[in-house]
Amino acid sequence: MFFYIIRRFGLLIPTFLGVTIAAFSFIRLLPGDPVLLMAGERGLTPERHAELLHQFGFDRPLWEQFLDYFMGIFQGDLGHSLVTKKPVLEEFFALFPATFELSICAMIFATTLGISAGIYAAIRRGTWSDQAVMGTALIGYSMPIFWWGLLLIILFSGILGWTPVSGRISLFYFFPQVTGFMLIDSVLSGQKGAFTSALSHLILPTIVLGTIPLAVIARQTRSAMLEVLGEDYVRTARAKGISPFRVVGVHALRNAMIPVITTIGLQVGVLLGGAILTETIFSWPGIGKWMVDSIFRRDYPSVQGGLLLIAVIVMVVNLTVDLLYGLINPKIRHTGG
Amino acid sequence: MSEQSVASRSTDPSDSLQTDTRKTGRLAMLQEFWRYFSENRGAVLGLWFFVFICLIAIFADFIAPHGETEQFRDALLAPPVWQDGGQWKFLLGTDAVGRDMLSRLIHGARYSLFVGCIVVSLALVVGIAIGLFSGFVGGITDTIIMRAMDIILAFPALLLALALVAILGPSLTNAMIAIAIVQQPHYVRLTRAAVMSERTKDYVTAARVSGVRALRLMFITILPNCLAPLIVQAALSFSTAILDAAALGFLGMGAQPPTPEWGTMLAEAREFILRAWWVVTLPGVAILLTVLAINLMGDGLRDALDPKLRRS
Repeated sequence: MFFYIIRRFGLLIPTFLGVTIAAFSFIRLLPGDPVLLMAGERGLTPERHAELLHQFGFDRPLWEQFLDYFMGIFQGDLGHSLVTKKPVLEEFFALFPATFELSICAMIFATTLGISAGIYAAIRRGTWSDQAVMGTALIGYSMPIFWWGLLLIILFSGILGWTPVSGRISLFYFFPQVTGFMLIDSVLSGQKGAFTSALSHLILPTIVLGTIPLAVIARQTRSAMLEVLGEDYVRTARAKGISPFRVVGVHALRNAMIPVITTIGLQVGVLLGGAILTETIFSWPGIGKWMVDSIFRRDYPSVQGGLLLIAVIVMVVNLTVDLLYGLINPKIRHTGG
Repeated sequence: MSEQSVASRSTDPSDSLQTDTRKTGRLAMLQEFWRYFSENRGAVLGLWFFVFICLIAIFADFIAPHGETEQFRDALLAPPVWQDGGQWKFLLGTDAVGRDMLSRLIHGARYSLFVGCIVVSLALVVGIAIGLFSGFVGGITDTIIMRAMDIILAFPALLLALALVAILGPSLTNAMIAIAIVQQPHYVRLTRAAVMSERTKDYVTAARVSGVRALRLMFITILPNCLAPLIVQAALSFSTAILDAAALGFLGMGAQPPTPEWGTMLAEAREFILRAWWVVTLPGVAILLTVLAINLMGDGLRDALDPKLRRS
């Protein structure tokens, strides 16, 4: 197992190197002069232009610039935002908890509902209810989530008036950030109604962000369950007279979960992509909205740093899933694959 | 497939006693495919709806009651015909600057299908070429290519597409290029995996021994036997391409107004979300139904083309 982990880490290094090169090239691939782009429409005098080129180091050889950038990464230096002048890393981690909280909630929503729906459909295979569940899953899978968010806002915020339209908590409440997670901070603050407010802000974004993973997980669970339910050991378990509940819940589910866990892991990338749309619709102050804003403000160091950090997060999650997969599926571990 | 049936016929002694009634050839394969495909009612429904959308897109100029950018200043935000104040002139109402929703939706079908076609063709051709090459050559070249694909896949697709469009400049063409770039690693991986498993088979060795050159070996001998997963992936990425292009349009990084692209229409309609439900709801319904039809078709294709899943 130890060598397996080492091997997986080894595979990650070239990818990480490539990702840094990709992020580094980003600003250099922009058509035109980066300094002129940063200056925007105000324009620059030639002297100031040369000064800025020198200040940002754009006049040095490319490999030297890359080396500087690469070394900077390990010292936690991803450059400074052009708009706020703050370090990119600082900005990223100030906003990250909001995205993290939303993603966790969306994932809990998607896995609990998705796995139950998948199991239900597998048990009721071929019946009307199976078709209904799978039909709904396919609709969810085909959903343009930015539109889905707008629909939910029309219904729950507009017509019914149950949930707020945007933000993480009502402006009425103010308390210091302790963990960065609004649900926890609101409880810690001890203010009455703060938790309810935070929760009601979270519900719609959670549903929107969780919809596609939910559909994918439900479909995957169903097909994995169907495969396992046809196995001999399940028939043996049934023949031994074990209750159907135990057969499905213990014998079948454990083995069916192996491909499902991989699917769940793969959804993290989807989730971070979906966060861009979800956060934009609900004005959720997380990294997805920050990335979109940075792209629109032409704040290239932020985009560059954000791309790199998000890619690293996806890579780390994928690695964790791979290791987890090896842990629950001994076949993989022993072949060393 | 045909090689296998020939082999089984000659080895099975009971077969030689009676006439073999199995048909071979293109037509028979198509018939077999259609038999499996049409078993899936959802897939057939999806196919019909897809054909319907294609027809609408092709004949948009004749079907649409009004021009796609024609403005009626006396009917701003007119509701659909079945609501109070609706006019028969505008079946699905008008938007904030008095353009007929129905006409714009009809013309929008063109853009979405166009995006799907271009993105899939680009990603498919480039992906297959790289995948074949990578799997065929092997060694260090293969490793480098596959690591490069890993790098593209490390970024969330939509985010990478968004950043690429920011580099290239926001427009529908650039959005298509960006989405194609983001999607092609999937084709590369699929093609390469298929080539790896086919490369060592006897028929390839036989072809190689008889002096078939590399290019012919790649494209004529091996590729046709790797097509099934690629076709399924193509259907999948057709719908993803439409969704991503609409998402980019919605974020203002895809087709630019006044293009009646469905995602762009949604972005324009956002501010009327609580006042005029039809300008927000209808473009989304159009996207959802189109993508749903393609996904239904894709499921049917997968079931019909994948023998492993066929009888499960």
